[in-house]
Amino acid sequence: MDYLSPEKIKNLQIKANDIRKSIIEMLVEAKSGHTAGALGMADIFTLFYFHALRHDPRNPLWEERDKLILSNGHICPVLYATMAHAGYFSLEELKTLRKFGSRLQGHPHREYLPFMETSSGPLGCGLAQAVGMALADKLDKKDKERFIYCLMSDGEHDEGNTWEAIMLAGKNKLNNLIVVVDRNNIQIEGETENIMPLEPVTDKWRAFNWKVMQVWGHDFKKLNEKIELAQENNDGPTVIIAHTIPGKGVKEFENNYKWHGKAPSKKEGEMALKELNEFRPQ
Amino acid sequence: MLNPELKLNSKIFNEDVEKVSNRDGFGKGLLEAGEQNKNVVALCADLTESVQMNHFAEKFPERFIQVGVAEQNLVTTASGMAAMGKVPFCGSYAVFSPGRNWEQIRTTVCYNNVNVKIVGSHAGVSVGPDGGSHQALEDIALMRVMPNMEVFSPCDSIEAKKITLAIAKTNKPSYLRLNREKTPIITTEETPFKPGKAQIFWVPDVGMAQVGIITTGTLLYNALLAAKELEAEGIKTKVLNISSIKPMDTEAIVSLARETKRIITVEEHQIAGGMGSAVAEVLAEHFPIPIEFIGVKDSFGQSGTAEELIKYYGMDKASIKDAVKKVLNRKN
Repeated sequence: MDYLSPEKIKNLQIKANDIRKSIIEMLVEAKSGHTAGALGMADIFTLFYFHALRHDPRNPLWEERDKLILSNGHICPVLYATMAHAGYFSLEELKTLRKFGSRLQGHPHREYLPFMETSSGPLGCGLAQAVGMALADKLDKKDKERFIYCLMSDGEHDEGNTWEAIMLAGKNKLNNLIVVVDRNNIQIEGETENIMPLEPVTDKWRAFNWKVMQVWGHDFKKLNEKIELAQENNDGPTVIIAHTIPGKGVKEFENNYKWHGKAPSKKEGEMALKELNEFRPQ
Repeated sequence: MLNPELKLNSKIFNEDVEKVSNRDGFGKGLLEAGEQNKNVVALCADLTESVQMNHFAEKFPERFIQVGVAEQNLVTTASGMAAMGKVPFCGSYAVFSPGRNWEQIRTTVCYNNVNVKIVGSHAGVSVGPDGGSHQALEDIALMRVMPNMEVFSPCDSIEAKKITLAIAKTNKPSYLRLNREKTPIITTEETPFKPGKAQIFWVPDVGMAQVGIITTGTLLYNALLAAKELEAEGIKTKVLNISSIKPMDTEAIVSLARETKRIITVEEHQIAGGMGSAVAEVLAEHFPIPIEFIGVKDSFGQSGTAEELIKYYGMDKASIKDAVKKVLNRKN
């Protein structure tokens, strides 16, 4: 991976802010959708699509690309916006989110947008698909050539399928698999620790034979370091628990589970865009 | 008489007819598919020998994935492997897969439209002593309702092997329904097979048939026994074997219905939503005629021998004969 210079970090911060603005515009236009998780993951998506991921937006189905699987499909506004900013399709198309005939379905459907590695929405089955991909690459001896990344949510730990996949990856020592958990502490009905406590979440992964790291999910430099460490781990799969602020970038939306599953009104959108327009990189 | 064109087992009506389970045919087919194509992989949820994946697992240990008792993970992992160009066969009991993992099959296999083969063994009441919890009677309904999914239910071991080899070559989600019990060998290696094609196994000695008997799975044997006795009693029937439930051979069904004007369907499955329902959908639209349904009537199974249970739930030879006579006497 290229060196992540302070200069580049500033550019990534600006890019992530632009992506946040697109997310707000898309959701206002769509009049429905998930705001908090999408804004919270903008930095991580930006780091992947503009630095860490081996991919080619001009050749989306490039055989040797890394695979990035989004498991919690409801935060797809951030996936679509990041892909558009990366050049997979026009920014103009973002306005079609959730509308009839759009490639940007309410939850990702690969049949409509084949550049995505999978369809998602129903929770808890992205990780297992990533495990299947990592297993396939191991079989084909391609596990040294690329990585399989899975981005998933903390709420998805409620799903049994998630733990089944965690066990299988640990058993098969899938060192070509790197998972980033969006630890934003909210799910649709409230805070994760009230709905279904996950802590001690790092101990749980570790107990299933994963290498576990934690990071502040809005720090590009530290995030990138963790990803590089994960890539160097030859012993088995790695999970990076990324602590994020749901709704990040718009004070009104931050850390409030009520923004998990709703879109801003036109007025709220204008307020959010005003705040995002004032963003300056550090 | 047996349709001579199909080169069926000539010893089929002998007391000592050879019996082999159709899961056995699947196991042999999977091994052969694995030899033909190195991308064929097998995943199993702790039932390797029961589903007869052991032959493949022994020959290709590196291509065999043991996922433990985790049917949701079984198919979601397979979906990921299929996305990478593998041809995964997922084996478990039909009650658990596609029973327990239906939504995962919907989202990660069918919605993604990837090349995953779901193999549900131990379907039907003929599982026997294990009891109702382990007797899948809903799986055809669960799978045929799913867009992109193809559904197969073989009549014997030889047909199961042919289906296995055929679906290993398609690039489509498929469901293969299997049974535990050893059942009579009906077909031969020479019997033609084409996915999506239904075949007439029994025809009247002379003249037109009065009733069409449409079957799927191993109950075809009971239907043939019934047809033979009915012929002796002067009732002419044709028996149509539907091993491809989806896609369904609409033409063969309508053509049979036009000839007989009376149909009965036979399956080891709930009447609701099964093969008979699929036939009724076709006939209601194209050629509405009286139909009688043989199958389980909105109840669960229980412990017993296969023979006892098939009889108790009304799927034996006598029940088929009764249904034929009943439909023959129906005005409409």
